[in-house]
Amino acid sequence: MALKGNLRDFNVTQLLNLINIAQKTGTLTVEGPDAISWISFRAGKLIYAQMGNEDGSLTGILTRAGKITSKQADVIKENATEKSDQGLGLLLINAGYLSQQVILDSIQQYVLDIVYQLFTWIDGLFRFDNDVLPPVDAITVRMDLENIIMEGSRQTQEWELLKDEIPSLDMALTFVDRPGADIRDVQLTVEEWKVVSYINPKNTLKRIAKANKMNDLEIRRIVYGLVQAGLVEIIRPEGMPLPPKAKKLPPVDKKQQASLVNKLIHRIRSL
Amino acid sequence: MQTVKMVVTGPFNSGKTAFIQSVSEIDVVSTERKISTEAERIKETTTVAMDFGRITVDDDLVLYLFGTPGQKRFDFMWEILAEGMLGFVVMVDSARPETFREARGILQTFRAYAPTPYVVAANKQDLDDAWEVDDLRIALGLDSKIKMLPCVANDRDQVKSVLLELLYSILEESKE
Repeated sequence: MALKGNLRDFNVTQLLNLINIAQKTGTLTVEGPDAISWISFRAGKLIYAQMGNEDGSLTGILTRAGKITSKQADVIKENATEKSDQGLGLLLINAGYLSQQVILDSIQQYVLDIVYQLFTWIDGLFRFDNDVLPPVDAITVRMDLENIIMEGSRQTQEWELLKDEIPSLDMALTFVDRPGADIRDVQLTVEEWKVVSYINPKNTLKRIAKANKMNDLEIRRIVYGLVQAGLVEIIRPEGMPLPPKAKKLPPVDKKQQASLVNKLIHRIRSL
Repeated sequence: MQTVKMVVTGPFNSGKTAFIQSVSEIDVVSTERKISTEAERIKETTTVAMDFGRITVDDDLVLYLFGTPGQKRFDFMWEILAEGMLGFVVMVDSARPETFREARGILQTFRAYAPTPYVVAANKQDLDDAWEVDDLRIALGLDSKIKMLPCVANDRDQVKSVLLELLYSILEESKE
């Protein structure tokens, strides 16, 4: 079964959220306006990324990160032509040129830069291939998606989208009851903590915004990030009356209704 | 004679008419018209007022299935159709992610019209491009408690399963 579509309809934030919640393993291919990108995941964690024709080799990443010079990169490439990235990394560590941490941090930053770049793509075909992973000799990392989604959402400036996702500020928030989703493990900004501290089924988004002196855009932006990261959900606030047009079921008598529904069930089974 | 109704709703071209046709004992009374908007010219005709199917239970009870118009400019009909319904089915075209957000909006609108039980039918599961039901659930932001069922709208058995699941939910609620 396919997991494919266009970013116009299902954006990067939503995609990463889906991959995170479904704990997917595989590679997401996104064909953007000017480049193609591959992002790999293992059990919902970000492990690898590659952008178009960019040099995503270890020497390329270290050069970009300023850990080695272009000249040094050329020398390494010349002397270690047969080595994989993993082999090259070990060589650099064992020779005392770079620490393991520096190498991993550089790769992590490279991967993050690519993913954050993806957040700016609003149009492009995507496809997720289950169980397709980067080459075995590539160096992979392991990053939780919640924080990345939060940061990506912070960078999202699409007011129309925010309004579409959160049309009313008369709703309230509640924490999601999902195993593994713990707000204490997520790095929140001060502004986000301010909103989180007011989460209560009685507090509407409007009230939270007012208490924190935030405008509509700011509150929407923060709530959107929290919702997409799967940490909170929007609910009808306590005490909020139902819409005036709400209709009750036609038969008021529950027993009568149960009998009627049983008849319907029997009939549809017999079709 | 008592009549009850259930509503089948969902975005444009999600398969509402086919769903009703699969189980209705009469030819569906349809109000289809040729599509005038270029952007929505995915199919030749669309429902403009409602589709209308019938299942006779016995001499005293008839179930009507109403399909809502899919195009947005006919959404004034929704509230009229929602009035007094036992429950509703939200149809989603599993192969068209561009319609997922609209499906969620329609679901929320119908919940506001009437807080009756509902199920979501992940239609067109026979297509290669169809999203898996679990992925679709996340994409639509649906709670795990909400029934979401794989469906092919012109397969009578699958349509029956969807309707039965809705009826079980209605029955459960009537026991509460």
